[in-house]
Order: sequence, then structure tokens, then C-alpha cells
Amino acid sequence: MSSTIEFTINGKDITGRPGQTVLEAAQDAGVYIPRLCYMRGLAAFGACRVCTVLVNGRPQAACTQTVAPGMVVENNTEKMTAFRRNLIDMLFVEGNHFCMFCEKSGNCELQALAYRFGIAAPKYPYMFQPREVDMSHGDVFIDRNRCVLCGRCVRASRDVDGKHVFDFVGRGLHKRIAVNAEALLGDTELAVTDKAAEACPVGAIVKKRVGYAVPVGQRLYDHKPIGSEIESTAL
Amino acid sequence: MVANTNGFKRIAIEPVTRVEGHGKVTLLLDEQNRVHQARLHIVEFRGFERFILGRPFWEVPVLVQRLCGICPVSHHLAAAKAMDRIVGGEKLTPTAEKMRRLMHYGQFFQSHALHFFHLVSPDILFGGIEDPFAGFSADPALRNVIAVAAKFPELAVQGVMMRKYGQEVILRTAGKKIHGTGAIPGGINKNLTIAERDFLLKDVEQMIKWSHGALKIAKDYTVKHLTKLAPFGSFDSSHMSLIRADGAMDLYHGGLRAITADGKKIFDHVDYQKYTDYIAEEVRPWSYMKFPFIKSIGPENGWYRVGPLARLNTADFIDTPAAEAARKEFMAVTKGKPNNVSMAYHWARMIELLHSIEKIRELLNDKDLQGQDLVTRGQRREETVGLIEAPRGTLFHHYRVDKHDQVTMANLIVSTTNNNEPMNRAVQKVAQDHLSGKKEITEGLLNHIEVVIRAYDPCLSCATHALGQMPLVVELVDAAGNLVDRKTKGG
Ligand code: NI
Repeated sequence: MSSTIEFTINGKDITGRPGQTVLEAAQDAGVYIPRLCYMRGLAAFGACRVCTVLVNGRPQAACTQTVAPGMVVENNTEKMTAFRRNLIDMLFVEGNHFCMFCEKSGNCELQALAYRFGIAAPKYPYMFQPREVDMSHGDVFIDRNRCVLCGRCVRASRDVDGKHVFDFVGRGLHKRIAVNAEALLGDTELAVTDKAAEACPVGAIVKKRVGYAVPVGQRLYDHKPIGSEIESTAL
Repeated sequence: MVANTNGFKRIAIEPVTRVEGHGKVTLLLDEQNRVHQARLHIVEFRGFERFILGRPFWEVPVLVQRLCGICPVSHHLAAAKAMDRIVGGEKLTPTAEKMRRLMHYGQFFQSHALHFFHLVSPDILFGGIEDPFAGFSADPALRNVIAVAAKFPELAVQGVMMRKYGQEVILRTAGKKIHGTGAIPGGINKNLTIAERDFLLKDVEQMIKWSHGALKIAKDYTVKHLTKLAPFGSFDSSHMSLIRADGAMDLYHGGLRAITADGKKIFDHVDYQKYTDYIAEEVRPWSYMKFPFIKSIGPENGWYRVGPLARLNTADFIDTPAAEAARKEFMAVTKGKPNNVSMAYHWARMIELLHSIEKIRELLNDKDLQGQDLVTRGQRREETVGLIEAPRGTLFHHYRVDKHDQVTMANLIVSTTNNNEPMNRAVQKVAQDHLSGKKEITEGLLNHIEVVIRAYDPCLSCATHALGQMPLVVELVDAAGNLVDRKTKGG
């Protein structure tokens, strides 16, 4: 078996390793495939569908699809961008995402994706679903208004921290992030140093009393769009 | 606009134009058009306090900016001052305090410039030398900022540039022109870079020059027409503001001082954490907006004025030279006694405009703004009050925060609510003196009422605690409550 696998993304030759996912092989080659539920170091989950690409013409999640020789991948096509933009649009209105007042603003992956895709205002009406806030923990809080159900906290706690603090409950629009204690985050063994405390791409699981300490202009995505850190490594 | 029932008719001015937000004036007239009652109604929802409940305390200085699109910076700073005490960080580092002050003076500068040039100048500039009220009754088509721009293009440009300058100051201290994040519990999240400082220094002398010009217009208008303007919507009242320990005007911080209409101290250097020992709010059946009053005097006579006029009256001096010289001229008119003339608000406001830009220049030349020590922390607290002198007057933010960092109580008394009774008195006075018994109640006469409301620069958007901005309305209703006529302008 060969130690390298050759395939193309939007016509560009990419070299991957056996067992590697399309998303990671692309990333190593400086090609950014937009994603939300993917996080380096966590098991792939394939939940958010933002990383969907066409593999030989069929839609697949790039974070779970492994590379194969001669594979033809379509990433930044007009069609895929429209699909992703629509997904982001829906994520915004499903939750209560109000960037103007959110402390995650400027460091939020959802907001950064919206900017990358040129979404200035939500296309769909907000659903204004009531979502609970859990402030019971001393150092970390949950604001379910901003949760996108990516499951990064679930995987980080289970696989990295070995604690299983978070899980999903309910289905569909009623699906929520829950904690494994009877009621509240404060009753769990979550520590502020846990991977789970920094895994959230949005403002749903946030370290307390940090707030707006980083000024506008010095935040992660204030000057460069999300993904540019990967694209800047392209040869 | 006019209805006749049971011998009475009610007029309503709705909305009152060229003020910020939504409000309504109603006048009750008899058959001879004699005014029996005149009221300014501001619907205050207080829905906003509930909106804050349950949120993390550090979010509040950013969240409260949603209360008003006109005064976000004032709410940002009042809430930040409150939250300083929650983290025990109220003794700010020099860099943090000076950055916040710079932001605050920037807000004063842009707010006062906007009010004067865009909202008030049509009343003043079209008032002829012979008749100061000419501008009040002028053709409505001429009574707006576009007409001012056509006749006084240089002034219109200055107004725009001064407002822009204030916003540039806000941008470089708060991070954004609106809904910034600069002030955080216990300090500030950025200092001022040399490049930012130099950008602002570049135009500061020009701004000072233009501020002198605006002050001169307001002063000359008031002094020239003093005999006519002095009784216009005027009355004696107490005055209240924050004051520095040495008696200087201080727009950012200090103790509370209240004085009577003839200058006697009611209380002085009061720690505003205990404001509820001194100030209470009265509810009246006809208005949703509360009426604050000084407890020791009682609800009947304990009301007071806030804002530029009150601050000029309470201050022993101003600590910037040009504004202090202007203050002396202002106080000389009343021989050192408090000035109780409603229309003198404009002159007082322009003295503060000059003071703000003098302060901005002073701060820009202060090396502390480039300091690195931005945040302080100390003993945690659960209850807190943040007060600031907003452009429109004293602004109260009062919160309780539980051990989980959640806000459990919020009460805001905004500047415009403090001026609720004074504005009502002013409306009654103008209605009695200028409308009562007139054969015909013309639009020009109704504008007289709006003119006096504008002197107080109310922010009805803040006062209603509604989310966003709304227009102001005047209604003419008969004594049985039937709507006879109604005017809705602007908004
Ligand atoms: Ni306001």
C-alpha cells in the first residue's frame, strides 16, 4: 500500500496520507474547508454539515470522509458556498445569536463564518426560542441561547478530559446541551482548565469574568477572515 | 387637532419634533381657549430592567447600550462604574480612569454638538434680532436643519464635523462608535496608542475654535433677548448634579450636590451609593414615567432639575480656563445666584461643549493614556450604584449581583426622568403665557411648547426604556377624552 494518496480539490493536486480525512489533508495543503463541529484533537462528529464537499459529485462531510486515490473533491464552488451560507443562516435564527452584545464577538467561529460568507444580517426570521442560562459553576457558564449543538464540549469532556460532563438531550428543535449532574453545571466536576471549557466555537460555554477584556481590533477575527490562517500556509 | 366637548377641548402635540425619542403633549382648553391643563407624557416601559436580569454582570455595560441608540456611551459608563464595585475595582488605575473620561467627554462633545446644530439651531438662528420667538413660529419648512444648512452652510458643516470628532474619540476609547466594549468591570480594555492620540490631536484646536463660536451664538442669543427669554417656560426649582470634592464641575464622578432655587445647599458631597436615602420616585396616575424627588423636601416640592443648567448652577467653578471664563459670564447674569431660566440651558450646554473639548485636549496630552495598567480588582460586592453626569443630566444605574455572577435586580433612573417634572412645569408655563386665550391655536404657537421641551434636550428613547427609538406626538382631545386632532411629526 502506498504511503501517500493523490487526489484533487477544485482541480488542485493534494497529497494525503492513508486514513486521513479530506478536511485534514486539505488543511495540511493550505486549503481551507469551512467547518464548525470539527476541532483538531477531537474525534470527528459530522454534525454541523458546514464542511460538506462534493466527492466525485456526491455530498460528503469532509471531516469524516477519508481520502482515496484519484478522488475529485469540490469545495469552494458557487453551489457549495450557497449551501454553506444557507446552513449558517439557519444556525443563526435557530438560536438567539445577537453578536452586537455577545462577549464572544470577534472570537466566534459562527460569526466569523458569517462574515466569510458575506452574511450581514440573518435571512430568516429569528425563532426566539427560550433557552436557559446556567451560571451555577464558579468559573464557567452555559448560555444555551448561543449553542449550535456542535458537540465539541461533549467530545472534549469525554475523550480528552475523561469526565463526560456534557451530553445532548431532546430531539430536533428541543435538542439541548445538558450536563451529567442532576441539574446544574456547578454540580459537575468540570474544571476551568478542562479542554471542554475552551472547546466551544461560539458563546455558549464561556469562561467567567473574562468578558470584553480583549478590545475590538485585537480579537481573533477582527482583521483576517476565519480560515486565512490555513490558507496562508498554502504553497 | 381640536375637539369640542363639554365646553372643553384637548390639544395634543404628537410627536414633539426635534427631540430624541417618543413623547406626547396634551393641552386642555375651555371655549375661550384658556389652558386648564398642559402635560408632557412620556410612556416609560421599564421593560429593559427585566431584560438584564439573569445576565452575567460583566455583560451589562455592553448590554445596556441597547437601551438607547442616542446615549449608549453614557449607559456603558454608568453600568461600568457600577460593575467596578462588584469586582471591588472602583479605584481605577490612572490609565483606566483617563481613558473612560476621554470616552465620556467625546460623548458630551458629540451629543451637545448634535443637539445644538441639528435640533436647536433652527429655533435660534431664525429668531430675528427684534423677535427672539420668530424662529419658533417660522414656516415649518424653514424650521429644520436643512433650512439652516442652506442659510448658514458653514455652521452646518461645523456641526457635522464636531459630531464626527466626538465619535472618533469614542471609537478610539470604546473600540466602536456605537456599542463599544471599552469600559470593563474594574477598568478599561485598551489604552490610547500614539497614532490614535496624534490623529485626535490633529483637529483638537479647530474643535476648540468652533466650540467658542457655538458658545458665542448661544450666549449672544440669550443675552440679547434676555428680557423676553427669561420668563419663557421658566420657574424656580432645585438643581442637582455630581460635584467634585473641591466643588468643581465633574461630569464623570463625584458626590451628589443639590441646591435650592436661590442657591442654598440641600445636601452636598453625598455618597451616591446611598442615593435612596436622599432621592425617591413618585408614581402619578396619568403618567407611566416616574417623578423623582428629594426625600427631605417631599414629593410636592422636592423635584429638581438636572443637566447643563443644573450643573452650571451647582458648580463652584470649572477646572478648564475657557469654560471657567464662560461660566463667570453666565453666572454674572444672575449675579452669582442660580439661573432658573429654561432657555438658559442652551448657553449652559455650549459652556459644557467647550469644557468637554478643553478636557479632551488636556487628556490627549497626558502620558497616562499610554499606560499599560488597565484593570484593578478588590473586595467583591453584591450591590452597587453607578452614577454619571450624562449630557442630559444625572444618570443612575443600580444593580444587585448574586454569588453566581448573575444580575438579580436592576433599576435605572435616566436623566430625562429626573427632568420629568421640570419639563412639565415648562410646558404648563409656555401654554399659559403664549397659548391661553389665543383666538386660534396655530402650529407656530404649538411649536413654542416644543421649543421649551427642546431646551431640556430630553432623550425620550432612554426615558421610555423601550428598545430603540420612537417619535414624539401632540394630541388635541376633548374633555370627554375624545381625540379631536393629532399631530405626528418626525420619528
Ligand atoms: Ni437616550
